[in-house]
Amino acid sequence: MINLYEVVETNNMIEKENLDVRTITLGISLLDCIDENLERLNEKIYTKIYEAAKDLVKTGEEISREFGIPIVNKRISVTPIALVGGAACKTVEDFASIAKTLDKVAHEVGVNFIGGYSALVSKGMTKADELLIRSIPLALSSTERVCSSVNLGSTRTGINMDAVRLMGEMIKQTAEYTKEDDSLGCAKLVVFCNAPDDNPFMAGAFHGVTEADKIINVGVSGPGVVKTALEKVRGESFEVLCETIKKTAFKVTRVGQLVAKEASKMLGVPFGIVDLSLAPTPAIGDSVADILCEIGLEYAGAPGTTAALALLNDQVKKGGVMASSYVGGLSGAFIPVSEDQGMIDAVMAGALTLEKLEAMTCVCSVGLDMIAIPGDTKSTTISGIIADEMAIGMVNQKTTAVRIIPVIGKGVGEKVEFGGLLGYAPIMPVNSFSCDAFVNRPGRIPAPIHSFKN
Amino acid sequence: MKKTIITVVGKDTVGIIAKVCTYLAENKINILDISQTIVSDFFNMMMVVDTNASVKTHGKMADEMDALGKEIGVIIKCQKEEIFDMMHRI
Repeated sequence: MINLYEVVETNNMIEKENLDVRTITLGISLLDCIDENLERLNEKIYTKIYEAAKDLVKTGEEISREFGIPIVNKRISVTPIALVGGAACKTVEDFASIAKTLDKVAHEVGVNFIGGYSALVSKGMTKADELLIRSIPLALSSTERVCSSVNLGSTRTGINMDAVRLMGEMIKQTAEYTKEDDSLGCAKLVVFCNAPDDNPFMAGAFHGVTEADKIINVGVSGPGVVKTALEKVRGESFEVLCETIKKTAFKVTRVGQLVAKEASKMLGVPFGIVDLSLAPTPAIGDSVADILCEIGLEYAGAPGTTAALALLNDQVKKGGVMASSYVGGLSGAFIPVSEDQGMIDAVMAGALTLEKLEAMTCVCSVGLDMIAIPGDTKSTTISGIIADEMAIGMVNQKTTAVRIIPVIGKGVGEKVEFGGLLGYAPIMPVNSFSCDAFVNRPGRIPAPIHSFKN
Repeated sequence: MKKTIITVVGKDTVGIIAKVCTYLAENKINILDISQTIVSDFFNMMMVVDTNASVKTHGKMADEMDALGKEIGVIIKCQKEEIFDMMHRI
């Protein structure tokens, strides 16, 4: 039988070390809502999501109470709207009306984000894809809870540079449209290379076309738990360090598995995957950067950071994989800047630069995440940053992403406050040399040689 | 059998166990195991209880236990056993 020591350990993780289930995300396919009449389409989307998700928040809270573990977010992901709206939408306003429907239903069922205002354009864009992308600034500035993502490349297809260029412009425009709120719209917009279909984390969550009608995906977190465990092994060998991370990741992921199974049973929706990520929040002690410091760095960004992060990411996966029957999503360590107090401190201290972050993304879970840059950064420069990140993903056969916020009216050294889980960020300098001629070339970057695994 | 783990943490005082046990008896909840320690004046107790015959739902019991804890000046949590089993048993 369970003993007192084990119970105390679990409860300490929850109460003192911020162990939580970061999100239960209900994936809903909207493919059966497709209609060429826009009004009917919006109505069908609203009804389908409402019916599927009306008990989601209540169920989440019930599970949270049963096990005594916080479930921070309840969210919804839907089929990429470019596919769903293609037949009905002829203008950007048409697409934005779907965003408003999503926002309305999100408010109605009480979820804090709904993801899937997305297009998958890794090789080419259909008319609908392009229209959706062009509607993103309007959609994100006229809604509160809608998140948007665009897949711009993959290892199998290469990088769609036309879309990369367009997204540079759209990010800039979204920043302009939401400049009253410190360009907050860009915090809800992410571009991917090798985007996974079953990612439960925002802003990049969408319900892939290869998925079932409905599915429950769960994202766990717990950087504080790993950090506390590592405090006990200061000065020990790499073997001890890795074993400690692995064991802790196992325990954290088991909780995710339990919650996912329970939610799936209660909602009558199949269990998809557990995303075993270390996802930080701005709360003190809930930081991935702090883990890197505990491993032995003065600040995140110091020499050795990439190696420490690679080690961390790998051990989290090794520990987590055995703890869950199905692992998916992005699984690994997230390094968003504004959402992690340790990362913010590192930027303020001058230890962490955009270039170092780029190197870190080669070995971690996602990519350049929640980074505030000066508002006068050119759109081609943003496209250049995106292209670099996509190339890392394409060549290394991993998911990479960019969620970058050009804060209109602010420059290097100033701070921007997004509020809540999105945190705050110091504005980081960007390399100011031009890449215009590169970005303005039409076409796409071909798939790398190792895509030919036939 | 549906098992729930009740933990009580707080400053030691007279009658903590008595009050918790009275509540459990009134609600037809059977105690399977009790263990407790006192670490530097802090009372730390764990009970494994069987809630099969309980007249209350888990949520209701958790809320009432929480209120009882506030009354005595300790923190009482009710959690289903699975979370500990999952985390500590392969």
